[in-house]
Amino acid sequence: MAAQTTLPPAAADTPPGRPAARTRRGRGEHHEVRLFSGLGQVALAVWAVIVIVPILWTFLAAFKNTSEIFSSPWTLPAELRWENFGRAWTKAHVGRYFLNSVFVVSCSTFGTMLLGSMAAYVLARYKFRGNRAIYYLFVSGLAFPVFLALVPLFFVVRNLGLLDTHTGVILVYIAYSLPFTIFFLAAFFRTLPNSVAEAGMIDGCSHTRLFFQVMLPMAKPGLISVAIFNIIGQWAQYQLPLVLLSNAKDKWVLTQGIADISVNAGYEADWSGLFAALTIAILPMIIVYAIFQRQIQSGLTSGAVK
Amino acid sequence: MRHGKYPFVIGFLFAPVTLYVVFVIAPYAQAFQISMTNWRGLSAPQWVGFDNYRRLLDDGRFWQAVQHHGVLLLALPLITIAIALFFAFLLNVGGRSVGGQRQGVRGSKFYRVVFFFPQVLAVAIIAVLFQMVYRPNESGLINGVLMKLGLDPVLFLIRPNLALWSIIAVLVWQAVGFYVVLFSAGMASIPGEIYEAAEMDGASKVMLFFRVTLPLLWDTLQVAWVYLGIAAFDAFAIVAVLSVDSGGPDGATTVLAVEIYRNAFVYSKYGYASAMGVALFFLTLTFAALTLRLTKRESVEY
Repeated sequence: MAAQTTLPPAAADTPPGRPAARTRRGRGEHHEVRLFSGLGQVALAVWAVIVIVPILWTFLAAFKNTSEIFSSPWTLPAELRWENFGRAWTKAHVGRYFLNSVFVVSCSTFGTMLLGSMAAYVLARYKFRGNRAIYYLFVSGLAFPVFLALVPLFFVVRNLGLLDTHTGVILVYIAYSLPFTIFFLAAFFRTLPNSVAEAGMIDGCSHTRLFFQVMLPMAKPGLISVAIFNIIGQWAQYQLPLVLLSNAKDKWVLTQGIADISVNAGYEADWSGLFAALTIAILPMIIVYAIFQRQIQSGLTSGAVK
Repeated sequence: MRHGKYPFVIGFLFAPVTLYVVFVIAPYAQAFQISMTNWRGLSAPQWVGFDNYRRLLDDGRFWQAVQHHGVLLLALPLITIAIALFFAFLLNVGGRSVGGQRQGVRGSKFYRVVFFFPQVLAVAIIAVLFQMVYRPNESGLINGVLMKLGLDPVLFLIRPNLALWSIIAVLVWQAVGFYVVLFSAGMASIPGEIYEAAEMDGASKVMLFFRVTLPLLWDTLQVAWVYLGIAAFDAFAIVAVLSVDSGGPDGATTVLAVEIYRNAFVYSKYGYASAMGVALFFLTLTFAALTLRLTKRESVEY
């Protein structure tokens, strides 16, 4: 929410009498502006190239064969070898890893949003003993590095019989996403007007119905921001699945799978397969980003603006 | 009037609190306890007091990792923030002013979209991508070009004193776009007339940047520093996947998270790994306290 409120219209109350003075600047000033913009344009273009070229190069290499990959990084593939993708999708199991990631992140984000918004709502809008204690218990989780808990976490999950299962990973993702989700959403629920809630109560709405049918829809902008934040964060997780799914290769998520393929590509000398696997991992993100670019940018930065 | 409040409150809090206590709070609490034992996972843990911590002090790898966190902690925020600030300034106030509104240079929107994109990719994926970019022979993106030009290949990840910087470069590559967007939001909230007044007094673009933009952006910079600092204490995925031998060559790029993982899940030294985790926790805490202390400053009202 701070993302919206910190952006006042820039020139709302310009003091009168200023603009007239702007015209009398000499040629030197004009020159400086052009030099600065010129150099700036070059720097921006160079950075854009640095960002785009490695990704584009990966896409191209995905169509090459090994000898083409080793001959020169700049030549185009002689033909479009789609079989590289087939090999990556089935033989290297990228397809399975990809679907595993989709399944795990769908479940864990849904769980995070549901449980996080429930807790945040209650903590933000209901007075009861222990409210502050529970709130700070959650928020303190923001300060701890996951690595501190890695060893005991492994044994907690193992003792529950959830090691090498998607259920275990999903529950752990939800638990570790709760601090930020609750911190962010509690602030959001606090800003919602009381009058609507009271009107609902007078109409005989139960607390639960009030939450799901009135408050949640009103909190939609905040929910979308946090959901994007969680989806991207959980999709990128590498450390937790590495520890929690290590012995169940058929349950691996995409990050883990691709990292493993890159290790094996060295032994099998299947570089084009690795490039194809990377392309399969990157391309959907480009498409999703192209569609939801604005929401993703504001969703990810909203955490920092708080 | 608030009939049935408590059943509702308890019902809504039960699942999240249980999950959080079981998977987050309990492990954190146990970490301190396990760090005082010589537990290897099989027999019952034996209490050894501060032995693990004493061994940490003599562990060369541990100190290497701590030193790398020091380098990361300085280099990553400094380089990222410098580049991101420069670009954000260009994109927001770099161009001429049209009708009193500050304009960015041409193509601002395009650049913002492109720069931000790496943020969407998983670090592990980026690490594999840059493994290919950095490859030491013709098949690498950079060395393929260098060798075509008749130059010697650069052994980015193999030369010990270059490896860590090659990794920092990738982290910067990913992070810059995020901070360009973050700083742009901060700059957009600086009223245009402040720039105008400064320009009327004859301030150049460079002076505008240092005297107007930078001081008014202080809070955002502080947030950026904390975020990048936290990233500097993590770095697990990038080091584990990108570097030779997870933290190599010969520990030249190792970080605490990688050492914790190795000690716990390769060597099964759970007690020792937990002691490292506790050390990392206190390092993070010290960093947070220091940052808040050092950057505390009168905020400028505008």
